[in-house]
Amino acid sequence: MKIIISGCGKIGSTIISNLVEENHDIVAIDSNPAVVAELTNIYDIMGICGNGADSDILDEAGVSDADLFVSVAGSDELNMISCFLAKKLGAKHTVARISTPEYNDKSLAIMKQHLEISLTINPERLAAHDLFNVLKFPSAVKIESFSRRYLEIIEIKLKDDSLLDGVKLMDIRTKFNAKVLVCCIQRGDEVFIPNGTFVLKSGDKIGVAATHQELLKFFKALGRSQKMAKDVMLLGGGRISYYLADLLTDIGTSVKIIEIDEKVCETLSEGLTKATIIHGDGAQQELLIEEGLLTTDAFVSLTGMDEENILISIFAQSQNVPKVIAKVNRDELYAMAGKLGLDSLVSPKKIVSDLIISYARALQNSMGSSVETLYKLMDDKAEALEFNVIENPELVNIPLKDLKLKANILIGGIIRNRKTIIPGGNDIISAGDKVVVIAANHKLQDLSDILEK
Amino acid sequence: MNHKIVSYMVGRILQIEAALLLLPCLISLIYTEWHSSLALLASALIAFVIGCVCTHLLGKNDKMIFAKEGFAIVALAWISMSLVGALPFYISREIPKFVDAFFETVSGFTTTGASILTNVEKMSRGLLFWRSFTHWIGGMGVLVFVMAIFPQESGRSIHIMRAEMPGPSVGKLVPRIRTTAKLLYIIYIVMTVVQIVLMLFGGMPLFASVLHAFGTAGTGGFGILNDSIASYSPYLQWVIAIFMLLFGINFNLYYLFLIKHFRAALKSTELWVYLGIVAVSTTIITFNIYNTFNTFSDAVRTSFFQVSSIMTTTGFATADFNLWPSLSKTILLTLMFIGSCAGSTGGGIKVSRIIIVMKTIFRDIKRMLHPRSVGSVKFEGKILDLHTTNGVSVYFAIYFILFFIILLLISFGSAFDIETNFSAAAACFNNIGPGLGAVGPTSNFAAYTGFSKIVLSFAMLLGRLEIFPILLIFTPIFWKKK
Repeated sequence: MKIIISGCGKIGSTIISNLVEENHDIVAIDSNPAVVAELTNIYDIMGICGNGADSDILDEAGVSDADLFVSVAGSDELNMISCFLAKKLGAKHTVARISTPEYNDKSLAIMKQHLEISLTINPERLAAHDLFNVLKFPSAVKIESFSRRYLEIIEIKLKDDSLLDGVKLMDIRTKFNAKVLVCCIQRGDEVFIPNGTFVLKSGDKIGVAATHQELLKFFKALGRSQKMAKDVMLLGGGRISYYLADLLTDIGTSVKIIEIDEKVCETLSEGLTKATIIHGDGAQQELLIEEGLLTTDAFVSLTGMDEENILISIFAQSQNVPKVIAKVNRDELYAMAGKLGLDSLVSPKKIVSDLIISYARALQNSMGSSVETLYKLMDDKAEALEFNVIENPELVNIPLKDLKLKANILIGGIIRNRKTIIPGGNDIISAGDKVVVIAANHKLQDLSDILEK
Repeated sequence: MNHKIVSYMVGRILQIEAALLLLPCLISLIYTEWHSSLALLASALIAFVIGCVCTHLLGKNDKMIFAKEGFAIVALAWISMSLVGALPFYISREIPKFVDAFFETVSGFTTTGASILTNVEKMSRGLLFWRSFTHWIGGMGVLVFVMAIFPQESGRSIHIMRAEMPGPSVGKLVPRIRTTAKLLYIIYIVMTVVQIVLMLFGGMPLFASVLHAFGTAGTGGFGILNDSIASYSPYLQWVIAIFMLLFGINFNLYYLFLIKHFRAALKSTELWVYLGIVAVSTTIITFNIYNTFNTFSDAVRTSFFQVSSIMTTTGFATADFNLWPSLSKTILLTLMFIGSCAGSTGGGIKVSRIIIVMKTIFRDIKRMLHPRSVGSVKFEGKILDLHTTNGVSVYFAIYFILFFIILLLISFGSAFDIETNFSAAAACFNNIGPGLGAVGPTSNFAAYTGFSKIVLSFAMLLGRLEIFPILLIFTPIFWKKK
């Protein structure tokens, strides 16, 4: 597929690096020549230097035969205009990044319709949603939900004294009395899909698929705190904080935001009436402690500086805050922060790039069982995909144990008539189901790709 | 420096060369030239064995190609390719001295067309084919060819393409490097075939047509007759002259034509300046040499042919321009330095660089008169950043410094006058072939000393690869591990 990416900042370049692996023809547009030069040096793509809303530049990028046009520049308005122009010049689908809170759902709907934008993404809002999910379920490192939350996959890291240490996977269901499925494992740098005889070790990071209720049961049996965070401290008053605070205060959580800029504080306090806004420097430990760091349930560091987020989070962890999450944007720091012991990290650009990839795969495969949702798990080394099942004699109505699946592929869940099935060998897939597949080292386009050929 | 990937890629190139050597081998079998076919087969085997040693024992394809590795791969690939390519001439004893064989092969791959052969017509057909075939291979570039056929998993291989493709900035036609390389080769092959067909219509035998098309397409200039093109009919001379001109145009423009963006293609400043220089030079030379011809059309054809041949750095000749008045000779000497368009198969400084330097000069003059004026250099509708204009200026400086170093080196122990040495250095450095004086179109480079031939061989490589890859492998910091 031919894909044009306009705006190659943090988000744009992450999307490019992921799409390159998917074998698309990519044209990158950015107004900064240094950025374009760097990208074309690293990736096999075409780079064009210019404004994404300039029809000459779009022509040069070959917009008329582009399958997908993605505008993820920093300015919402530029993205809208670029997408509008690209659509008018012949691009089949357009995706715009629009993240200003003022462009609320209603105005967004009108713009989407009239500018014919296929998809709008709001990275900050998506990140806030992810954070919200984790804060509701603090035992998990990361939570991904499928099909309106009928199935969730959570990542947890086994601590030294974990009850799961030394447990065989096939014994988990009986031992903990919860219908859960361990669907992928990261041990060291290696990620794989385990079978039933696999024995867990502390230090492993595991992905568990189950319904929300079953997960609650599972965590209770594990003896890990699963209480929802009732009192949350956010550092930094950016857009993610705004959206997150909005979500949290809606369900009655008490939220405290610490922001260094007075003007931003004022705007926040106008928009978020229920949250407490503190004007101060979050890097001052005294201030954090004065504002109740020692008693808070969760601490989320969301400043614009990765380094600051990491360091302050480590401090918060040392003060025994039950749940600490840091926002880290740069890939190198993301990996390093993990090594420093911060297991809960959030990276808005990764969330957006997952979304774009699933969208691109769904477009490429609009005829077959298309990809509905896609998440990258375990530091991007495994993928969880949700497919809509269509009639396919090779797949449908055959007991799963008789399907010849490729190595490192697992069917993690089947959602049928609003009911979730955590499948065993005798279950079948039928047309109309939604199926969640976990795959390591594969790039699946279609559900039939899971079969050995 | 990642020695492993460099070794791997060089090995790959030698394996490809082994495969390419089989084609002339087949030709010599067809013409029942057993001697030369054996020499070619033996060379192919040697190339294959060395190639396998490089890829399997010394190298590894770990995909870690950065700018440094790109330069090293290109430089070493070209040098080793020329060393191995010289083997058939040497093994068959048709060129008894290895230095001569090396010179001839470098001249072939770099599309120079300077020869040390005193009698071309004596050569066996298989080796003649290989000699011209090196032009065709070298014209578009071997590494580009490798990229067209082998899938490159690393996007960083753009560094290789950039080091091999001529021009101040190398852009891709399409997002993927492999598709770009394929497209370039398709355009190249189609144009070559069209030329062969047109020459067949003109009554040229198939073998001669193919070889002359190779010489034209690569803008090389190896012929099969001692008097180059002079004895062919006017029709054939026109065909060759026009195709030389076409192969000297930026291939990106052909791609634009292919996808029907005619207006964008015709808007190219470089194209019009290039054609303008050809037109003006042809006119002046026509009037300068008019009185020595019987008809006006002969004069136009001869001067157009020579201008097109020198400007595109091909080096075919239909007349001994050595005997022309000095105005015409000086014009030709100037054209040698200007060269063809960027992104073509030709050599020289390139028209686009000349344009950019001129515009930079004008901007700087304006800045001297109005110190506070702000101006930018625009080329092909785009504003050039300081980085590009600086790069072009530096290229100019290095170009002339190196030219005089080469001139100085070949003047040591040289029996020739300054006109000969100057034009020999210019003809090799700019990948043209024949020069003036004792290296004019009717004579050759045989009389130069072995040392001078090696210097000139490197001059040709410097010219073809646009200086930096070859220059960098002579700097110690380039080879440091860290």
